[in-house]
Amino acid sequence: MTVAHTLLGLLEAGPRHGYDLKRSYDERFGHDRPLHYGQVYSTLARLLKNGLVEVEAEPGAGPERKKYAITDAGVSDVAGWLAVPEKPEPYLQSTLYTKVVLALLTGYDANDVLDTQRSEHLRLMRELTRRRDGGDLADQLVCDHALFHLEADLRWLELTAARMQQLAAQVRA
Amino acid sequence: MRRISELALGIRLSVGGGRSGWVRLALIAVGVGLGVTMLLVAASIPTVLDARTERADARSVTWDQQLTPGEPTMLTQEVKSSFRDAPVVGLLLQPEHDDAPLPPGVPRQLEPGDLVVSPALGDLLASDNGAALRDRWGDRVVGTIGDEGLTGPDELRFYLGTDQLTAGSEYVDRIQSFGGADGSSAGLGPVLLLLALVGMVVLLLPVAIFISTAVRFGSENRDRRLAALRLVGADVGMTRRIAAGETLAGAAGGLAVGTLLFLAIGRLAAYAVPAELSFYPEDLRPAPVLAALTVVLVPATTVLVTLSALKQVLVEPLGVVRRGSERRRRFWWRLVVPVVGLALLTPLIDGLDTSPGSQVMVVAGLILVLVGVALILPWLVEATVHRLNGCSVAWDLAVRRLQLDSGTAVRSVSGIAVSVAGLIAMQGLVATIGELSPWSQADTSTFQATVLDIDPEADSAETWERELSRAEGVTRVGLLTSMWARPTPATAGQPASSDETLIDIGTCEVLAQEAQLDSCDDGDAFVVAPDGTTTPASGSVYLLGTGQDTRWTLPASAEVVGPAPGTVGSMGGMSARIMVTPGALGGIDVEPEGMTVYVALDPAVLDAADHMRTAAAQVDPAAYESPIAPERTTLILGNVQSALLVGTVALLVLIGASMLVNVIEQLRERRQLLAVLVAFGTRRRTLGASVLFQVAIPVVLGLAIAVVTGSVLALALQAAVDAPLAFDWLTVGVTSGAAALMVLLTTAAGLPLLWHLTRPGGLRSE
Amino acid sequence: MPTEPLLTAESLHLSFGATTALDSASVQVHAGEILALMGPSGSGKSTLLHCLAGILHPDLGRVTYAGRDLTAMHDDERSALRRTEFGFVFQFGQLVPELTCLENVALPLRLGGAPRRAALRSAAAWLERLEVSDVAGKRPGQASGGQGQRVAVARALVTRPRVVFADEPTGALDTLNGERVMQLFVAAARETGAAVVLVTHEPRVAAYSDHEAVVRDGRVRAREHVR
Ligand SMILES: Nc1ncnc2c1ncn2[C@@H]1O[C@H](COP(=O)(O)OP(=O)(O)OP(=O)(O)O)[C@@H](O)[C@H]1O
Ligand SMILES: [Mg+2]
Repeated sequence: MTVAHTLLGLLEAGPRHGYDLKRSYDERFGHDRPLHYGQVYSTLARLLKNGLVEVEAEPGAGPERKKYAITDAGVSDVAGWLAVPEKPEPYLQSTLYTKVVLALLTGYDANDVLDTQRSEHLRLMRELTRRRDGGDLADQLVCDHALFHLEADLRWLELTAARMQQLAAQVRA
Repeated sequence: MRRISELALGIRLSVGGGRSGWVRLALIAVGVGLGVTMLLVAASIPTVLDARTERADARSVTWDQQLTPGEPTMLTQEVKSSFRDAPVVGLLLQPEHDDAPLPPGVPRQLEPGDLVVSPALGDLLASDNGAALRDRWGDRVVGTIGDEGLTGPDELRFYLGTDQLTAGSEYVDRIQSFGGADGSSAGLGPVLLLLALVGMVVLLLPVAIFISTAVRFGSENRDRRLAALRLVGADVGMTRRIAAGETLAGAAGGLAVGTLLFLAIGRLAAYAVPAELSFYPEDLRPAPVLAALTVVLVPATTVLVTLSALKQVLVEPLGVVRRGSERRRRFWWRLVVPVVGLALLTPLIDGLDTSPGSQVMVVAGLILVLVGVALILPWLVEATVHRLNGCSVAWDLAVRRLQLDSGTAVRSVSGIAVSVAGLIAMQGLVATIGELSPWSQADTSTFQATVLDIDPEADSAETWERELSRAEGVTRVGLLTSMWARPTPATAGQPASSDETLIDIGTCEVLAQEAQLDSCDDGDAFVVAPDGTTTPASGSVYLLGTGQDTRWTLPASAEVVGPAPGTVGSMGGMSARIMVTPGALGGIDVEPEGMTVYVALDPAVLDAADHMRTAAAQVDPAAYESPIAPERTTLILGNVQSALLVGTVALLVLIGASMLVNVIEQLRERRQLLAVLVAFGTRRRTLGASVLFQVAIPVVLGLAIAVVTGSVLALALQAAVDAPLAFDWLTVGVTSGAAALMVLLTTAAGLPLLWHLTRPGGLRSE
Repeated sequence: MPTEPLLTAESLHLSFGATTALDSASVQVHAGEILALMGPSGSGKSTLLHCLAGILHPDLGRVTYAGRDLTAMHDDERSALRRTEFGFVFQFGQLVPELTCLENVALPLRLGGAPRRAALRSAAAWLERLEVSDVAGKRPGQASGGQGQRVAVARALVTRPRVVFADEPTGALDTLNGERVMQLFVAAARETGAAVVLVTHEPRVAAYSDHEAVVRDGRVRAREHVR
């Protein structure tokens, strides 16, 4: 659903060709996973079917030269999507969580998990920081988003490690 | 009710503020306490003086007492003597009846030769020091004078029983009771009164300043505490009242400390003052009204100071904002006060007058000028530091600190400035008054002492010469006899004029003490004429002596000369006298009317003067010795001077202590910053130097303004007493030196803390 | 390509009374690199930093800077070193409150004996570079926290030190200000070729580093040697 809404949102700025849309999407949101043409056109086809977009035909053009425009229904659909909160996903890092829990259960040093993970996280964070500081506003927003999430992971890890030490101290005492 | 509870909260906060709260409270209490002590001492002076006067009055002898017939009477004669520089006063007592009156403190009638002495005199007689005093009035000490008969414990006084007095003699009084107004303790002379007034102002004003400084000890800490209270909802009014409560706690402590110190000092002070001013410790009680004023005004002042200080800062919930650091101080209104003060002092230029009105003006003028110093100093420091430009980092740090907040430093220094200004003024006055006393110009190259009040009928000139020459340390004795001379009427038959004059007879050496002689041989006669007196015509014929008809003609060769400088004659107001050498009398032998013995003393002999006094007293206890150039006034002035100097040094110490507190407080507050600076590689030397500059800059400025003001005041006071204008470099040097020493010591005392704080541990924020 | 490290700590021990702050801590800082020291509170990060900077003297172990043994130096020598070769940024409270920001930046130069005018000139250039020229004439109390930190950074870099020690330089700042300070700081450090030892507990701040070292219980735990 998200790709559809994103494309619709991009169309609000004005009618576009399918290829333009894909490029805008990739620039802003597709750093990790760019769209391929099929995805773009199948999404657009579905939106067309639902009456959220319409085609401004250009005479004598093939399917690639169709220009898509958002309909009123499409505009209200985007507004509705933006207004609905996302369901918070508590287990975004489920693998990490699993690892830590496992480490604890098996008596593995949680600090080691933390250090290894921090090192990896920081490696990514450095790259994101570099990209952000060299990029435009969109880059900055995306990178900051990722950075804050990564930082949150690390904080959670640190906290957990600290808690574990307390717990261990209690157990030993 | 709420206000009271806020005051109480303030008090509780001040004692509950942990160690620093206690330290602050203790500092305030000690500071205020020192001030209170000074005030209580000052408040006790009237009581002490009253008690002294009362006792002096109770034992005084009224010379023209109306006698009721049949009442038992007593003959008395006063004896003035001295030991070294201390006066020793006594009475010869000759009861004419067993029930004759007794002086206070003397339990029973004295037999001839019985001696009753004050405890201090008794101790002196018994000590090795008093060797030259022994046997001056015989050796039969039969008792001591009780406290009720003495003005103070250190007074040197005695009563000597005798049977040698004759009623009707000029020197002898017949009385039927002791007591009456004592003429001897009449009011202070105008000059001494001026001195006393200036002294009071000079010593008490800095005390007031010091108290107001003490109240601000640690106030930055307090302000931060208040800010914390604002954070939890106290409003501005509440913070004020809480601060007032805190100060009140300090002031109450100060009153307690002050009272204790006063009680302790009372014991000591009684022994510290010169013997003639000594008093009984129990007399050192503050006058109730003044004590009450102290108790009420000191806390009130401290609260006022606190509130006005709080006006300078905004205590905000998030911290303390200094108000007015941007607002520069204005100069003109600060100048108004000293200018008005100087204007009030201008009448002094024309000389001193003793009317109460002009005294009030003088005191008011002095206070205003000195307060003006305290007012101008903050402006001066501010204006100066804003113009100072950096050369070294240390200098910069200090100057910048002062630019940001010079108030704290200046407050301490203004105390020094005021007292040094006052001190220089006083010293200038004192030093020139010494010059002023005419005796200091007297010629002491030949003779150094005279023996006066000799009853020539009792003992002959030969006895005096013989007895005094024998005394240890006496190298030469010269005699000046005086007799009355009545001019005979110009034409026979008219009654002799009553216009008597004195003829003094003595050797050239002796006459030279009294008159400015160019040349003198035996047989010469002189007319000593002070300026503006009419001189007797040469050839005038005089009748010499009383009741005899010995004629004597003033020779035509008699030279008119001026009185010797430093003699009573030179002070004016005397009529012309005639002085002759024995040869000029041509063998006329007349019973002398009065006799003065001039004595030359060997400076190498210890207590020569006292040996001579003892010898003189053994001939006639009533005769007394007087130095030719008495140190009397200068001695008292010297006491005033040294008291002032001691006071100033004490004040410097106090102020040094308060500056040290400031420095320490400020260093503590900046511990983290200091550690950062050291981390940066700042040399400790640099930091130490900046502390030094920070202390020294205000002190130097304060001293500069003090020297200028003090000198101006000194000149005004000198003009007032018609003394030669002079500048007292010595005092300036001494006080400046002491101040410099204080700055160094203060800095040095702050350095260990600085080293301690700049240890790396200081980098940790608290 | 491994090079000689610029600053090395070898098994440092340091205890404050009964507390052991450093327990055989070793760390290396190479010229021009930015090293983040991370770890839980009280683990000894600041202590390690102070030892590296020659402010604290370890009980045992050795700190070598450019081949010279800091631990064997006299205090004056170390002071001189800190004045000329090192720079410092702390969390707050490091600016002299009565000097203007400009004078604060000029301070290290003047401590090193530079003439006043020249010192103020290069201080002004540094303020410009950290985008805080507008507070040059103000006192630190009149500048915002972020501006103050940038002034502090300018002051740390004005002597063109070879190592800058920063202890929680953004600890008192909000995210945006903290980021800006770090960006300017890191850019300036890279430009002057200064190595940075950065103590922080914020991963986003640590992300400005080239490497991180984790201090735990007075020991340096992890350190990637990937130069
Ligand atoms: N001057 C000192 N006196 C006593 N103990 C000290 C001192 N300095 C540090 N410590 C102790 O040494 C240990 C390490 O302190 P340090 O300041 O290095 O920790 P840190 O890692 O910087 O912590 P934080 O992240 O909270 O700043 C702590 O247990 C601390 O209590
Ligand atoms: Mg720390």
